[in-house]
Amino acid sequence: MDNVRFTWPGQPRFTLSVEKFAVAKGERVLLLGPSGGGKSTLLSLLAGIVTPQKGRIDVLGSDIAKLPGAARDRFRAEHFGIIFQMFNLLPYGSITENVLLPLSFSERRRANVATNGDPANEASRLLKRLGLPASEIVQHRASNLSVGQQQRVAAARALIGRPEIVVADEPTSSLDRERQQEFLELLFEETGAAGATLIMVSHDETLAKLFTRCVRLGDVATIERGA
Amino acid sequence: MIVFRLALQSLRARWLTALLSVLAIAFSVMLLLGVEKVRTGARQSFADTISGTDLIIGARSGGVQLLLYSVFRIGNATNNMTWQSYKDIAALPDVDWTVPMSLGDSHRGFRVLGTTDHFFKHYRFRGDQKLAFANGSAFSDIFDAVIGADVAAALDYKIGDKIVIGHGLGSVSFLDHGDKPFQVKGVLEKTGTPVDRTVHVSLGAIEAIHVDWQQGAPIPGQSVSAEDVRRMDLTPQSITAMLVGLKTRLAVFRVQRAVNDYAPEPLSAILPGAALQQLWGLVGVAETALAAVSAMVVVTALLGMVTMILTTLNERRREMAILRSVGASPATVLGLLATEAGVLTLAGAVLGTGLLYAGLAISRPWIDRVYGLNLPLAAPTSWELMTLCGIVAAGVLAGFGPAFLAYRRSLADGMTVRV
Repeated sequence: MDNVRFTWPGQPRFTLSVEKFAVAKGERVLLLGPSGGGKSTLLSLLAGIVTPQKGRIDVLGSDIAKLPGAARDRFRAEHFGIIFQMFNLLPYGSITENVLLPLSFSERRRANVATNGDPANEASRLLKRLGLPASEIVQHRASNLSVGQQQRVAAARALIGRPEIVVADEPTSSLDRERQQEFLELLFEETGAAGATLIMVSHDETLAKLFTRCVRLGDVATIERGA
Repeated sequence: MIVFRLALQSLRARWLTALLSVLAIAFSVMLLLGVEKVRTGARQSFADTISGTDLIIGARSGGVQLLLYSVFRIGNATNNMTWQSYKDIAALPDVDWTVPMSLGDSHRGFRVLGTTDHFFKHYRFRGDQKLAFANGSAFSDIFDAVIGADVAAALDYKIGDKIVIGHGLGSVSFLDHGDKPFQVKGVLEKTGTPVDRTVHVSLGAIEAIHVDWQQGAPIPGQSVSAEDVRRMDLTPQSITAMLVGLKTRLAVFRVQRAVNDYAPEPLSAILPGAALQQLWGLVGVAETALAAVSAMVVVTALLGMVTMILTTLNERRREMAILRSVGASPATVLGLLATEAGVLTLAGAVLGTGLLYAGLAISRPWIDRVYGLNLPLAAPTSWELMTLCGIVAAGVLAGFGPAFLAYRRSLADGMTVRV
């Protein structure tokens, strides 16, 4: 990220500026910052969900800030796996359908899965690795899962088809400490196996020791709140 | 296809509200098409009031007015025509049959028509249907009456009942022909025409009840009994109008011109079909209003659907954010909601049409019997199909409203959903 400047449409007072922020391939980066401090905005910029007014955001060699809308969406589908804080799943889909969702939008990830066999098998393999055995998957609809289980399904969705970058926005904040640890370990294991870069934001400093690098938001970005 | 699948899944998850929206649209579609069916049915029934008659002749007046008083029993004749004129016209070489009509009296609000038994033979309605007797037969005695189906039903008359004809046309007559009561001889089948609301008596009977009257009132001290009147010559001096059937329809304009040029008295001859068209043009405004109202009902139903989609929009912002995060373009989000709206309206339109036809199939005989309205069970007309397509298109278009809102919000939400 170079000289990025971003203002939410309709909220001219809040401006996020990033002078320089870089993540190397394969890193596990924790982005720390207080709640409401612009961490999620930074992730939105990275994943190309929003575009900055100024500056460049270089991801895997492409400046996604310059890409037109549809191309950015395709880029995100191909290269990003995203996990939200909560409400990660489409309530009306089955668990497997939720996991397979990115494949509908990305050809490359479809192809990646195809080398490992059947998409449904890959989904259940990932879910099993993340601690959701097949017996539980068939029993429940996505909306009936506990929050912890939902987060695991979301992780499986983010990982399916081996995207290069996994972005997680406080995925553990709705889990208790024991579960947090367990979830993160599983996530690390799977991103490591896929060779993916993990960028996660949190306000919880105790998680820092688990990551290869920890960045404080205040060190890379300035937030201006105009009067 | 993913859009279509997601739309169906999300609708299935909210099946109750979706079902209600579909029902609302279905009912409105049913109403719209139903009104259209009734409208065309009514128009047809109206045009079918009289058929097989080539000309209606009366004293000179406008075509619509002549039609109104002679066929619909509405309003009064401006003037009578003489019996001599009737005989002259009946004697024209092109004329096949004639039916004289004498109006002006009533029985408890129902018009009394003085005519001959030719009326029952030659009057046709709805294509080529003849009048039929539900009970009894045509009049044979001078004081016999044949009543229409509505008269029999409303006043609960049976064969053999005695009725008294009132003078004039009010529902309550202050002057009546109580000295000369009539006997119900026949009851006609329901026709859905003004015949149902008419008391038919012989032409001679109209003369008979008025022998001892002058200037619209009984002549004091000079009453002729019902028995005496039978021995008198009851050939009428004048009649109100006449129905004419021709040997060939080609002669219709020739006879019409002959009547209009008839020297002894000013007469008008009208073609019933043309006059009916003219009259329908007058009532057509109500028809348009009806169509407008049902169109508004459809708009209301579509608004209801949009409201339903809008109310679920907030909880669905997460869904939109998820879709965006896995790479769905804003167009997909837009398409998803528009597709949902389209599926709902399509289902509503299909269901509504189905319900209408089912309802028609069941209630058709009843409607025909009670209202005399013949609603044919025909395939949807091209107009109806066009309307259905229009409604679905409008539904999709209406869905674009919330869809666009969702799209805008999904852009503004970014990664976090601020609910």
